[in-house]
Amino acid sequence: MSAQPSAKDQVARLLTLVPYLHAHGEVRLDDAAKALGVDPDQLFGDLKVLFMCGLPGGYPDDLIDVDLDALEGPDGVRADGVIKVSNADYLARPLRLSATEASAVIVALRALRNGAKDDTREVVDRALAKLEAAAAQGSGPGSAPGLAAAQIDPGDGAADTDLALLARDLQTAADRGRQVRLSYYIPSRDEQSERVVDPRGVVTAGHLYLDAWCHSAEAPRLFRLDRIDHAEVLDDPVETPQEGPRDLADGIFSQSSDVTPVTLLLEPEARWMPSYYPVEEVREVGDDRLEVVLLVADERWLTRLLLRLAPHARVVSPAGYADTFTAAAQRALSLYG
Amino acid sequence: MAAEKSERLLNLLIMLLVQRHYVSKERIREILYADSSPDAFEKMFERDKDELRSLGVPIEVGQIDAFFDDEPGYRIRPDEFALPDISLTSDEAAVIGVATKVWQHARLAEATTEAVRKLTALGIDVDLTALDIVEPRLSADEPSFDVFWEATQERTPVRFDYIRSGDTEVRSRHLQPWGVARYSGRWYVVGYDTDREAERIFRLSRVQGKATKAGPPGSYEIPPGTDVSEVARRLAPEPSTERVVLLVRKGAGHTLRRGADDVEEGVTGPDTESIWDRLVLERGALGLADEVLGYGADVYVEEPLALRVRVVDRLRAAVGEAMIGETA
Repeated sequence: MSAQPSAKDQVARLLTLVPYLHAHGEVRLDDAAKALGVDPDQLFGDLKVLFMCGLPGGYPDDLIDVDLDALEGPDGVRADGVIKVSNADYLARPLRLSATEASAVIVALRALRNGAKDDTREVVDRALAKLEAAAAQGSGPGSAPGLAAAQIDPGDGAADTDLALLARDLQTAADRGRQVRLSYYIPSRDEQSERVVDPRGVVTAGHLYLDAWCHSAEAPRLFRLDRIDHAEVLDDPVETPQEGPRDLADGIFSQSSDVTPVTLLLEPEARWMPSYYPVEEVREVGDDRLEVVLLVADERWLTRLLLRLAPHARVVSPAGYADTFTAAAQRALSLYG
Repeated sequence: MAAEKSERLLNLLIMLLVQRHYVSKERIREILYADSSPDAFEKMFERDKDELRSLGVPIEVGQIDAFFDDEPGYRIRPDEFALPDISLTSDEAAVIGVATKVWQHARLAEATTEAVRKLTALGIDVDLTALDIVEPRLSADEPSFDVFWEATQERTPVRFDYIRSGDTEVRSRHLQPWGVARYSGRWYVVGYDTDREAERIFRLSRVQGKATKAGPPGSYEIPPGTDVSEVARRLAPEPSTERVVLLVRKGAGHTLRRGADDVEEGVTGPDTESIWDRLVLERGALGLADEVLGYGADVYVEEPLALRVRVVDRLRAAVGEAMIGETA
């Protein structure tokens, strides 16, 4: 648990590194470091330890052979050097999963299973069966990780599996420059739409978004991943120049010019709003009330938001938005006679 | 210094792994601890064995000679040591990659990643870098979570202070945990309460201060066939849902339609501007009024009455009319 670099951690890394190299053949130092989540310098240090280890005979032939010269240049560790390790066949297989590792990954997969639709669930079940079998097999007496994991149930709603897989698929499509057909829900219009886009990448700004060139709109658009009902990666290459996704660090409207700043007054009951919606400014105005400034691109979106918060939010300015909202509330109320 | 110890640990591991028979303590001392005094050797060897075991290395102790029991020997069996072969299809590897992003709990997130690195070392291609955008969702912020997780795996009794719902008094409790389960977004521990002599469930967020292990591992048996989620569902308070009947304009309310148990199309609605459909949903009350209000004049509440009153009151308040019920 300590943050100090320890011999134990180093041995653990080596027990994964040697089989990794065994399985992958000749690997560059930086590639191996990335795959194993360690710093290249640290990996080099680990290899120097490995160089001093081997069979208990004490003869030079008994030692594990590591070509350290290939990894060291005049300026220190060479990230592009290729790692060559031999004479270590007895460490060719990784150490079995510890009880905590097995339980952590199995419970994570169960959370994915509970959050998945039928097709994905079937895939997760296959992966789970294989891991549970591997965890149970060969585990010594007294420790049965598979059994221990059986005592932990992550329940529902712990993972949004399909969203995660969708993000992965869309990012892969963007990397490979393939068009995608989207079935997309637009909440401000409460409307379902079909469109073909050139994906540029998946970005996060509160929610996950696909940044893409929309063929119907002939403009770049952001699509919230949780509103994509269906996405089909097409064989057609993208039509617009491939470029990376926009940086959404400044909020999702920063690139757009046709937005209106709208000031709202929030009663205490609606104070949670700024944590869930992108706001430009938040001011305390006394009595536990907030004044917030939102950038609004679509008035229908604002009206829906105000209805959700009714009657705890009202428009301070511009006045026209207040009238639109009151009219919408009046219309909804009229349904009840 | 650290490098020297790493070498010794790894050499010890290799020595015990490659020998077919038990290796005597004397031979281990000769080869790996030759510079140490007998006392220092005893201490270092004990500690080194413990460290390797804590990594999950199965070091066996046995008698070298069946006729003399004074000399113990040590070995690591390769089939116990190594991860068995696992072959994964690419879609299976993809979900395992996503699994590394599930835990929002530092230690378990790291354990999951470590497990996946071992799979990578088997030659399985799991891409971890492409998923940095995905937000972890499975949190376990309760300070006592780690203790109950470990206790469940080791079968160690736990002592903790607990406040029951609706109670103000803190009571000390003793439990043999059978398992932990997440139910309606909250973690619970279920097990045998040795004070009450019965099965009990506790919400981890109501555990006060630190829970402590109170006994050695393997102190009790979990009753065979115990299904932790079943026990949790049986003993945890039911999240209340109710039957909700809504009239929704044709072409509107897509999110509500997705969650509906039943849709009756073309019914008589509150106005004749469009066709209306009747949706029946089973839902918790939380946030439902907000959601319905968001649809404005496209959704009309038939049942339950309480929801209808809440929606109408909030609309009246918004347009500045007097309310008929209580404020929402």
